[in-house]
Amino acid sequence: MSLDEPEREGVRAAAVRVWGRVRGGDLGALPVIVGLALIWTVFQILNPVFLSSRNLVDLTMQCAAIGTIALGIVVVLLLGEIDLSVGSVSGLAAAILAVAFVQLRWPLLVAVLIAVAAGCVVGILYGLLYTRFGLPSFVITLAGLLGFLGLQLWVLGDAGSINLPFDSWIVQFAQHAFLPDWASYALVVAATAAFAWTLAGRSRRRAAANLDSQSYRAIALRGALLLAVLLPAAWYLNQSRGVGVMFLLFLALVVLLHLALTRTRWGRAVYAVGGSVEAARRAGIRVERIYLSVFALCSSLAAVGGVLAAARLAAANQSSGAGDTNLNAIAAAVIGGASLFGGRGTAFAALLGVIVIQSISSGLTLLNLNSSVQFMVTGVVLVLAVTVDSLSRRTRVAAGRA
Amino acid sequence: MRGIDKHFGAVKALTDVDFWVSEGEVVALVGDNGAGKSTLVKVLAGVHPPDAGEILFDGDPVHITSPADAQELGIATVFQDLALCDNLDVVANLWLGRELTTEGRLDEVGMEQRTWALLRELAAKIPSVRTPVASLSGGQRQTVAIARSLVGEPRVVILDEPTAALGVAQTAEVLNLIERLRERGHGVVLISHNMADVMAVADRVVVLRLGRNNGEYHAADVTSELLIAAITGAVDNSVSRRQALRREEPATTTDATVTPLTPRGRRRPDGGAP
Repeated sequence: MSLDEPEREGVRAAAVRVWGRVRGGDLGALPVIVGLALIWTVFQILNPVFLSSRNLVDLTMQCAAIGTIALGIVVVLLLGEIDLSVGSVSGLAAAILAVAFVQLRWPLLVAVLIAVAAGCVVGILYGLLYTRFGLPSFVITLAGLLGFLGLQLWVLGDAGSINLPFDSWIVQFAQHAFLPDWASYALVVAATAAFAWTLAGRSRRRAAANLDSQSYRAIALRGALLLAVLLPAAWYLNQSRGVGVMFLLFLALVVLLHLALTRTRWGRAVYAVGGSVEAARRAGIRVERIYLSVFALCSSLAAVGGVLAAARLAAANQSSGAGDTNLNAIAAAVIGGASLFGGRGTAFAALLGVIVIQSISSGLTLLNLNSSVQFMVTGVVLVLAVTVDSLSRRTRVAAGRA
Repeated sequence: MRGIDKHFGAVKALTDVDFWVSEGEVVALVGDNGAGKSTLVKVLAGVHPPDAGEILFDGDPVHITSPADAQELGIATVFQDLALCDNLDVVANLWLGRELTTEGRLDEVGMEQRTWALLRELAAKIPSVRTPVASLSGGQRQTVAIARSLVGEPRVVILDEPTAALGVAQTAEVLNLIERLRERGHGVVLISHNMADVMAVADRVVVLRLGRNNGEYHAADVTSELLIAAITGAVDNSVSRRQALRREEPATTTDATVTPLTPRGRRRPDGGAP
């Protein structure tokens, strides 16, 4: 694969390359997908309702809020840092939304924006503490976990729990907005076309620049694979209520973040800082700004997740964002394949991870097991995921791909 | 650089040191541990501003107070630890911090094309520019680091111990690379402990000892023994004694055969500390 002999990589060469990567410890999304298949099989055997389209629609809707929070965690993990306070921040955003909209009677959009802005401010505060005073993010956000839980309780005041009116657009959006069947199929086709078009465009530019490029057959195959996954999925969800708009919003955020991470200088800088802070600094990257922007983005996404959760529940209360929200979001990011060691992972980790987490939670609920078992199983899965991360890292080192 | 002084607290790291490099010239900077090589290079690279003395660039006095200043002048430094991001591929590492963009998006095609062009110009052997740097050998990583320093088309390239951790074949490749830098017209400052490397590629050798100039030689007419003498401060030192024993003949090199380029009166053949 050198410049002198540009070649169009065929289907077979691509398969060989992928297999080589897997053997070298670069597992990508493989362990998650295998794990997910396993989890789904087990739960389906234990309870045939699990894979019903009705339950899967519920699953997608449950994914949106936690998934959005996990998306923020992925970016923080890419830097090799952690944010333990996303649960509290999401709860705070829910409380602000409810108080501003219901008690102060502000316009709903203003209330949503203020709630998200509050999350952003929290993130900037973390970023400043981190870059100015060099506190470990672990400690800063652990303090934030307590501090913002307190603030959430204070914002809620004596009420303790505030219901959002069912006829407000945000609750309608979160509970009852589904794509009509035709729109979901049109969207799937459009997304696949956009995907193939991007690949073809890149292949054309690379071929024009005399660099090795993908063959059109390989691109067609990848497009067909994507279509073969998305189309049946949409069809199956359409057997029940359909594809939720809130879930689509989450998917859109994932794709948006993926583009930001892979196609912009900011994204490149995030990976560089996660790989080696010192190298990034010497390359002239303003490392402080990267930290600040990432902490702000994470907390903002946590606030968005909190708003979505409140909308879905049609209420904000003292337990919004409490309990397992925090750890589920972090576990989702790690299970999806974002490395705890920094510099490795993609936005899609949040999507895959949250589906795993919510599948476990949904499956165990269907089995009528109480939350004690649920916590333990989630804990075991998290340890397994981190073990896979650790082992594949060791294999990569052995194969010289660290 | 003229009359550079630098001290850290009470420790005088550099005292009245002179140093210069011209375009298309390889100058080796040698000295024992703690002789001030790294400090001098860090002054040049803008990591430590000097306490006294002046730096001239193209004959004009300049102030280098930060690494950014040095880069703007066209002074690129390849530090010993290379400062590469292991998780990024060769292209990403080469263009880190100054990526090409089209309409706000990374121009991957443009960057990859120019990476290949640069690597071919250096006749570097890199299997693929899209593998993570972690999977490259030591020599290849050094090549990537040197190629990266060339992206901004610098006038002067400083290499800090480029061959220290390399095997024989890889060392030879890096030495070829240094010669190619000279052919491209860059001024090269080579810091090294390895006399063989210095003798192989350098045009001029500057010796530092205890933070002072301790001689300056044409590489063509100097021997390793003499350089070691200048570095350690004595003709009769443990290194030369060892070599003499091996050859079973006394170290015959004398100062008389070679005249230093700039006899600044600071060389102390007796090895006395200043």
